[in-house]
Amino acid sequence: MSNITRKSFLSLSALSAVGLATCGSDQGGAQGGTSGDTDTLTCGMTQDIDSMDPIKAESAATRELLFNVYDGLVKPDVEGNLNPAVASDVSVSSDGTTYSFTLREGVKFHNGEVVTPEDVKYSIERYRDSTTGGSLVSAFAAVDHVDVVDESHVDVVLKEPDTDFLAYFAIGITPASVADLEADPVGCGPYKFSSRSPLEKVVLEKFDDYWDAEGTAYIRTVIFKVTTNTDSIGMELAGGSLDLFYRLPEAQLSQLSEDAFTIYEGGMNLVQALYLNNAEKPFDDVRVRQALAYAIDPQQIMDYVSGGKGAEVGSSMYPAFAKYFMPELNDVYNQDVERARKLLDEAGLKDGFSFTIQVSNAHPQHIETAEVLKEQLAAIDVTVDIQQIEWSSWLSDVYTGRKFEGTVVGVDASALNAPSMLSRFASDADNNFVNFSSAAYDKAYAKARAAIDDDEKTELYKECERILAEECASVYIQDLPSFVALAKRFTGYEFYPLYAQNLATIQPSE
Amino acid sequence: MATTRTRSLLARIPNPRLFCAGALIMLAVITLIVIGMVWMPYEPTAMSPDRLQGVSAAHLLGTDKMGRDILSRVMYGSRITFLVALGTMAIGAGFGILVGAVTGYYGGIVDEVVMRVTDGLFAFPTVLLALVIVSLFGSSTLNVMWALGIAFVPSFIRVARSEVIRCKHLDYVKNARLMGVRDARVIFVHILPNVSGVIMSNVMIGFNNAVLSEAGLSYLGIGSQPPYASLGQMISEAQEIFFTVPSAVLGPGMVIVLMVLGFSLMGEGLRAAEGRMA
Amino acid sequence: MRYVLKKTATTLATLLVVSLLLFVAFQLISGDPATHILGTGATPERLAALRAELGLDQPLPARYLMWLTAFARGDAGVSYVYHQSVSSLLSAKVPVTFALAAMSFVLMCAIGLPMGIACAKHAGSPIDRAVMVANQIIMAIPPFFAGILISWAFGMGLHLFTPGGYVSYETSVPRFLGYLVFPAVAIALPRAAQLAKLLRGSLLEEAGKNYARTAYSRGNNTNGVLYGHLLKNAFLPALTFLGMSLGTMLAGSLVVERVFNIPGISSILLASIGNRDYPVVLATVMLIAVFIIFVNLLVDILYKVLDPRIDEE
Repeated sequence: MSNITRKSFLSLSALSAVGLATCGSDQGGAQGGTSGDTDTLTCGMTQDIDSMDPIKAESAATRELLFNVYDGLVKPDVEGNLNPAVASDVSVSSDGTTYSFTLREGVKFHNGEVVTPEDVKYSIERYRDSTTGGSLVSAFAAVDHVDVVDESHVDVVLKEPDTDFLAYFAIGITPASVADLEADPVGCGPYKFSSRSPLEKVVLEKFDDYWDAEGTAYIRTVIFKVTTNTDSIGMELAGGSLDLFYRLPEAQLSQLSEDAFTIYEGGMNLVQALYLNNAEKPFDDVRVRQALAYAIDPQQIMDYVSGGKGAEVGSSMYPAFAKYFMPELNDVYNQDVERARKLLDEAGLKDGFSFTIQVSNAHPQHIETAEVLKEQLAAIDVTVDIQQIEWSSWLSDVYTGRKFEGTVVGVDASALNAPSMLSRFASDADNNFVNFSSAAYDKAYAKARAAIDDDEKTELYKECERILAEECASVYIQDLPSFVALAKRFTGYEFYPLYAQNLATIQPSE
Repeated sequence: MATTRTRSLLARIPNPRLFCAGALIMLAVITLIVIGMVWMPYEPTAMSPDRLQGVSAAHLLGTDKMGRDILSRVMYGSRITFLVALGTMAIGAGFGILVGAVTGYYGGIVDEVVMRVTDGLFAFPTVLLALVIVSLFGSSTLNVMWALGIAFVPSFIRVARSEVIRCKHLDYVKNARLMGVRDARVIFVHILPNVSGVIMSNVMIGFNNAVLSEAGLSYLGIGSQPPYASLGQMISEAQEIFFTVPSAVLGPGMVIVLMVLGFSLMGEGLRAAEGRMA
Repeated sequence: MRYVLKKTATTLATLLVVSLLLFVAFQLISGDPATHILGTGATPERLAALRAELGLDQPLPARYLMWLTAFARGDAGVSYVYHQSVSSLLSAKVPVTFALAAMSFVLMCAIGLPMGIACAKHAGSPIDRAVMVANQIIMAIPPFFAGILISWAFGMGLHLFTPGGYVSYETSVPRFLGYLVFPAVAIALPRAAQLAKLLRGSLLEEAGKNYARTAYSRGNNTNGVLYGHLLKNAFLPALTFLGMSLGTMLAGSLVVERVFNIPGISSILLASIGNRDYPVVLATVMLIAVFIIFVNLLVDILYKVLDPRIDEE
C-alpha cells in the first residue's frame, strides 16, 4: 500500500463521521435482506473454502460450494439416487470391473467448450494422481485405466470388481485445456465462478448454457460470504447482510423473526460420536467402552446442545443413508448407569478413571457435546478433562498421529456409498484413527466389498454396522441437526444426503 | 508504625469520595468472587432442561443455552478473570519494573540489549504475542496468565526505564550519588518512590488492560477449557443468544466493567492530589 | 544521523530475531500445512509426498535461510492454503486494517488530547470530575463488548448500519469508511479516555513542579504556563502512549474486526495460524513488527528532540 493511500484514508476518516448518517440511511431500509433484490443471494459460510479446484476439496464448506460449480458424470439427488448428469447413460459390466459411460450430447463447460471423453479421462486421471490429487486419491487408486472408446463413450476399468464405485463418479469433470483450476475454475455446473477474495467471499454467476434445463439456476448472482464469527450469524441474518445460512446453531434460531426467514430443518449427514482410541488403555477393554456407552444418553445431549433436535445413531451410519441405516442399533446401549458401573467393576475400574477428550475449537457443537458427556460420565465416576485444540492440531495429533484418548467429532461421507462410512474401521485402514481392530469386522467388510449382488452386499454392510455397535468401537451419539435460515423472499431450499448445497433450486418466492 | 502510616495515608487521600466509590465497587466484585468460592446458587456446570430462561427469581441472570445458571457462571468466571489479571500483573509489572529500572539506571550495553529485546517483544501486539504463546503451550487459564504476563513485561520495562532515565539527571539523584549512596538504594529508595505516581498509574492501567486483554483473547477463543469460562468467554459465547437472553451478555459484561472501573476509580481517588493548575 | 543509522541496524537485528523465533515457534506447534491441506484424507504416504512437494521435508535451518533470502529480496513466498502469493493476499487485507487503525487513531487523538488538556486546565471543577468519571467507565469497557453493544444499538436498534454488512473499499470508499466508523469508535473510545487521563495526570504532575511554580510566580497566566512550559514536558509520557497506541490499535483491530466481520489482517492472521500457513503468518507479523518498530523509532527520535538530555552521556 502506498503512502498516498494511507494519507487519503487518514483525511477521509475524519470526514466519514459526518457522512455517516447518509451512509447509514442508505442501508437503513435494508432490514430483513438486501432489500427486495432477488437477483443476488448472499449465503454465509463459517470458514473459507480450501480451494476452487475440486480435487483439493476437503472441508464440508468447500464441497458444498463446489457442488454448484462442478458436475460429474453422475449427480446425487435429494433422495440419494445417483442420476445421470454429464453422462446420459451408464452401465456396469457383469463382473463389476468396467463402468461404461455414454456422454450427454452438447454439455458445455463455463468457458464454452463442449465436454469430450478426453476431458473425462483427464479429470479422472487427475483424481488418481497421487502427486496432485486430494482426499479421493486412495479411492481412485482402484481405477486401473480409462479408455476413450469413441467421441461419446468412455470406459473406466477397475483393478477389482467394485459395485460401490459409481458414487465416486460424482466428482467434477473439468476441461483438459485448463491446467490451473485454482486460478481459472471451469466446470460444467449450474453456476460459474466469478471472483474470489480469500477469507471474504466467493462470487458465483448463473451459467446460462447449463445442460439441464430443469436444473438451471434461478438466481443470477450468489455470494458466499465468509463469516468467521459464528456467534453473530443470527445478527447478520436479522440485519440483512445474509440471506441464507445453513448449519445455523439452534440457539440462534430464536433471534430470527418468523416473518423474515423460513427455517428448514434437516440433518448434517455425519456421525457424531465420542471416538475412543481402542489402542489406548483402558479403552482397549471392550467393557470399558461399553460402560461409557451405557452411561451416556444421546437424547439428553440433543436436548442440551440443540434443543432436542438431532437423530440418534448407534453405529457408523447416518439416517439419510436410508438404505444402510439401522435404527435398531440405537437401542444396543440404552442409558443404564447400574450396568455401566458393573462393567467398569468387571474391568477392574471400580473407582472410575479419568481421561481427556480432545475437541476442535472450530466446532462449537462438538465442544458442547463434550460438556454434556462430562456431566453424564461423572455419574459413573469417570472424570473427563476437555481439551480444546486447533483443527490443525486435531488433524495432526488426533487424526493422523492417533495420540489421544477420546475425541468428539463428526465423521462424514466423501461419496454416496457405504465404504465412505465403513472402510476406516478395517484394522489395516490407514485412516482408522480409533485403532479399531476386529477380525470379525475385517472379514465381514472384505466380504461386503467383494459381493456383486446388491441385496447380499447391503446385508453384509449392515453386519459391519452391527459389529461396530456390539464391539462398541466408539460411543455413537447422533447426526447433528442442521438448521437452515433462508430469507422469505426466496424459497426452494433442499437438503441433500451428503455435503452438498444446491443453490440452483433456490428461487424468488412469488 | 503501621497504624501511623495507614492513618497518614488515609488522611492524604485527596479525593475520598472517588476512592470510596471505587473501593465499594471493588468490594462488591470481590464479595461476589469470595461468596462464589463457598456458595453458588447452582453448580456452574450443572445443566438443566430450563434452557435460555430470562431473568427470574430462580435464575437472577437467567440460564444459558445449556440450561446452566448464568449468575453462578458469572461468579465462577469472575474468579478466573480476576486471578488471571492478578497473575498477569504480578508477572508483567514485577519483571518489567525491576528490569526497566535497573537497565535504565545503568545504561550501557545491557540496557541496549534489553531495549532491543523489548522492542522485539513490543513489535508483537499483546494479543498476538499471547496468541502465539498459547498456541505453543496449549489453551489453559495458567498459560493465558503467563502469556499475558510476558506480553505485558515490555511496557513496564519501557515505563520504568524512561522514568528512571528522566530522574537520574535530576538534582536529588545526582546529589545522592555524589554522597555515595549505593546504586540499589538510589534506584529503589530514591528514584522509584518518586516516580511511583506514573508507575502506579501504569500498574492500574495494566491491571485493567490485563482484564481487557484476557477478555479479548477469550473472544478469539483462547482461555479456560470448557465447561468453565472466564467472563470474556461467557460474553463471546452468549453473543449468539443476545436477543433471547440479554443478561447472558450484559451480566458478565457488567462485572468486567465494574472490576475495571472499581480499581481505576480507587486509583483516581488517590491520584487527584497530584496537582492542580494554579 | 548516526543515531538513526544505529537504530536502523538494531531494528534489522530485531526483525531477524523475531522472524527466527516465529519460525521456531511454528516448528514446535503441532500440525503443519500438509496435515491441514489433506485434512481427513491424509495418509502417511500422502503427507510425506505433499511435504516433499511443499519443501517441508527440508531441515529447519535450510527452510529458514530460503525464506529469509527470498524475503530479503522482497518475495514473501506463496501461501500454502490460498495458492497465491502472500504479497497479493495481504495487499487486499492490509489497507482495510490500516484504515481501521488509522481511523481509530485519529478518533482517539481528536477526542483524547483536547479532553486531557481541558480537564487539566479545569482540574477539580465539576465538569472535570464528570468527564473523568465518564472516562473511567468508558475505559472499563472491553472493545469487543463495546462492539457488540454498538452493533446492537446502532445496527439492530437504530439501523444506522447493517451488522456484518461490510462494503469493500473497491466497491465504494465512502461506504467502506462509513462501515468502519462503528468499529473505529469501539477501538478508539477506551484509548481516548486513557489518553485524556494520562495527559491530564502528567500535566498536573508537571504543574506541581518547581519550574511551573516559578513560571506562575513570574506572573504567567494558566494558559501561558500550560502551553509554554507544561505541555512540552507532560507530552513525553503521552508520546510513549501514542506510540504504543498504534500497536494497540492494530491489536484492537484483531479482535474488533471479528465482531464486525471485517475481512482485514485479523481474519487472515488467525486463519493462517490455524492453517499453519506460516509464510502468511510471518509476512503479516513482520509487517506489523516493522510498522510498530518504525513508530517506536519515531517516538525515540521525537523524545530526543523534545528532551535533548537523553543523549547527554
